[in-house]
Amino acid sequence: MKPLHELTLAEIQSLLQQKQLSSREITQHYLDRIAQQNSTYNCYISIDDQGALSAADAADAAIAGGANGALLGVPFAHKDIFCTQGIKTTCGSKMLDNFIPPYDATVVAKMKADGAVMLGKTNMDEFAMGSSNETSYFGAVKNPWDLDTVPGGSSGGSAAAVAARLAPAATGTDTGGSIRQPAALCGITGLKPTYGRVSRYGMIAFASSLDQAGPMTRTAEDAALLLNSMSGHDAKDSTSTDIAVPDYTATLNQPIKGLKIGLPKEYFDDRLDTAMASKVQAALAELEKLGAVLVDIELPNSALSVPAYYVIAPAEASSNLSRFDGVRYGYRCENPKDLEDLYTRTRTEGFGDEVKRRILVGAYALSAGYYDAYYRKAQQVRRLIKQDFVSAFEKVDIIAGPTSPSPAFKFGEKGDDPVAMYLEDIYTIAVNLAGLPAMSLPAGMMNNMPVGLQLVGNYFAEQQLLNAAHQFQTVTDWHQQSPVTD
Amino acid sequence: MQWETVIGLEVHVQLATQSKIFSGSSAAFGAAANTQADIVDLALPGTLPVANLQAFKSAIMFGLAIDAEIGKESVFERKNYFYPDLPKGYQTTQLEKPIVGLGHIAIPTETEGEIKQVRIHHAHLEEDAGKSLHEDFHGMSGIDLNRAGTPLIEIVSEPDMRSSTEAIAFLKKVHAIVTYLGISDGDMSQGSLRCDANVSIRPMGEETLGTRTEIKNLNSFRFIERAIHVEVDRQIDLLESGGEVKQETRLYDSDKNETRSMRSKEEANDYRYFPCPDLLPVIIDDQTIDELRAIMPELPEQKLQRFQEQFSLSAYDASILTEQRSIADFFETTADNCGDAKLSANWVMGELSGHLNKHDLNIEQSPVSADQLAQLISRIKDNTISGKIAKQVFEAMCANEGSADDIIEAKGLKQVSDSGAIEAMVDEVINSSPDQVAQYRAAEPDKRKKLIGFFVGQVMKVSKGQANPGQVNQILAKKLND
Repeated sequence: MKPLHELTLAEIQSLLQQKQLSSREITQHYLDRIAQQNSTYNCYISIDDQGALSAADAADAAIAGGANGALLGVPFAHKDIFCTQGIKTTCGSKMLDNFIPPYDATVVAKMKADGAVMLGKTNMDEFAMGSSNETSYFGAVKNPWDLDTVPGGSSGGSAAAVAARLAPAATGTDTGGSIRQPAALCGITGLKPTYGRVSRYGMIAFASSLDQAGPMTRTAEDAALLLNSMSGHDAKDSTSTDIAVPDYTATLNQPIKGLKIGLPKEYFDDRLDTAMASKVQAALAELEKLGAVLVDIELPNSALSVPAYYVIAPAEASSNLSRFDGVRYGYRCENPKDLEDLYTRTRTEGFGDEVKRRILVGAYALSAGYYDAYYRKAQQVRRLIKQDFVSAFEKVDIIAGPTSPSPAFKFGEKGDDPVAMYLEDIYTIAVNLAGLPAMSLPAGMMNNMPVGLQLVGNYFAEQQLLNAAHQFQTVTDWHQQSPVTD
Repeated sequence: MQWETVIGLEVHVQLATQSKIFSGSSAAFGAAANTQADIVDLALPGTLPVANLQAFKSAIMFGLAIDAEIGKESVFERKNYFYPDLPKGYQTTQLEKPIVGLGHIAIPTETEGEIKQVRIHHAHLEEDAGKSLHEDFHGMSGIDLNRAGTPLIEIVSEPDMRSSTEAIAFLKKVHAIVTYLGISDGDMSQGSLRCDANVSIRPMGEETLGTRTEIKNLNSFRFIERAIHVEVDRQIDLLESGGEVKQETRLYDSDKNETRSMRSKEEANDYRYFPCPDLLPVIIDDQTIDELRAIMPELPEQKLQRFQEQFSLSAYDASILTEQRSIADFFETTADNCGDAKLSANWVMGELSGHLNKHDLNIEQSPVSADQLAQLISRIKDNTISGKIAKQVFEAMCANEGSADDIIEAKGLKQVSDSGAIEAMVDEVINSSPDQVAQYRAAEPDKRKKLIGFFVGQVMKVSKGQANPGQVNQILAKKLND
């Protein structure tokens, strides 16, 4: 048998059910690996040994009693953006270094109810603002493929944990690419569902109209397993959608013959690195071999997505982050001399530079006299971008392209230039603006670093996306490659 | 110079919903500090608002009551500013797409019988903030978030009022409408109805509006009246001494009876409004509006009309009786039970109101119920007691001495209608007053009417007020004219 940490979720579940493996055994195995190796990658902010082991024991008892469940006894990690009752939830910020939520996020509660065993909370860019994990107050995460490079962000801790085999799967959140880009850079599978598919309740907000939680796994099959548990309407989140959740694993094995895959000319123009282009083309050729039909399409307003996003997301963030004022919870400055001083120093000391930059940009875009030129205009652009996709999906089933412009870059490489960093998300951001589901799949290597193929689906077409992704993974082995040698 | 006062009001009405506008916490008043604030009200990271449908229904009913357009697509926006009693750092309110559009409210003017329509610019739903407590914290401030998230409608009028009297009349009308609808308890002492006044002056006859100031935090009719007066006087003094009014927000200090500057226009916050991305636009369909229209209770205006028609009350009496729904209901029950609307109106507005005012009670706390009052009035009507004796019985009822019948019985107050007994009393009086009898008989018939009063008074005195006055008159006239 292969090492325990090379098992997928589906394999773990199967062994647990056959009682060839106990939840305590696999959980302990991961906790040991985390204890030994987390200092190398820094992918966990908090580790919950006690909680994990007692959840594992409870799962073992349930299984012994005949209980069955896709996630029962299966270990995983939560991004530290989800509120976990009694367990510190930092959102990667000094502001919440002391914050212990009195409640579980809906996603946390659902996975707990399904018997999944949480190992700990993963590192992330501060308040999910970043594409390299360098903005975390708890230090950068290292890419397991090359410790001198970034894992991507903001769900960099989750991506690195899965790649380094310090968790078989993890949750992530994606506001402008924060699941897909780190998945691509770490060589794992990541899915951002349709906006409204997964409840945002208890997920610390960055940009409410864009944020969406999703699974980060080794395989598309595992992503389907996790999405089954995470999805569903939530009365506590008015923006969650009341559409029945199908069994995402049920349709993985359908043939994709005749599936129409659109290739936006804007994603394959001369700005795309030629080496990256050839990797993506090779991946597309595999899909073609499976019977998919490649169709050239246009998304004419693509170029506007990054500027529109960097108005809308900071605008929402500037308001969402106002609650961090030192009054009720979280960081409070020492000896404030008056209210103004309390606010100013708490926020100056509690937030990092990138967060402050976005609050300032967002507040500016919303201020009197600028609102029409920035915020309102960006919303108009957003509608155009959405319309591009709606038109495209009249012709094709899935849209494909690169996930990121390049493989993982070195630490500090883009540190001085926020705009260069923002362009990391050039292929992912439009999807959030439109609210569509999308995945990143391991699709090759460039200079020994993984690259990702992005597949974008129509609204609530996660089944179709996962089906195509799974079929791709039946004929490729990029997702099986591991940076881990032990 | 003659100056004209121009007033527009922004009235905040707390809606009497069970739970808060975006959370499940109770919205009841008066609980221990912070016991009615859940994780949503505290704005813990990750929490989200869910709109309370009942608050929408209340607002729509208000819109229907003032004949306004109902916003088919209602959008919440965030009004961003920092304050410790505002946990999210923004107030969730409405701006571009409020639930209630243009409407109007009729108020009586200072000219008797004349009605004026005050235009309503719009009314929107929003959440209340918590309270900052500055006493008892040794130089620090305490925060009570019980009120945070309580649903409000803010009713914004056009600058259509021309005196503090009109402003008060407007406010009383708003109070009547919301309490008639049952969407608010309207209790100003608990802050259920508060108002800000925009006040400006201009030379009489001038059409252009003067520069206005906004006076904040007016929470009683008396304060509103006084605040408007002192602010108008201040503005007149300023303009007449060659100064000018600055556009600013002012706070009314009731202890000093003055307004003082809070912040100027330049210092005003930039609230950076934008649509709240956590709440989808609420679509109000025609069916919902129709359903609410069907359950609308009778409104003050309609009741006023009906009382005049059904009970033949004067416009004045009807308007006093309909000012508060509880008083109107009390009156109507009394009138229905005793069958005499005029007497009922007199008693409710007279003796009953007098007693309640004297003891600072509202009508719900009246010691005499509408049924009990109706019984008392019935005894006047069936000649068991006179109106004068009835007042004595009413006092006893207020002192909890029992029902009207019990008291009449126990105190022997029943009217004497036995003609034999009355005749005997009349004879006694005639026999003991020969001079007055001679004077009466010598008088011209039209003078006699006046003179008979003496004999009536004497007979009533002899009967201790219990003789039936009609019978006394009749028998006296007969005997004296013989």
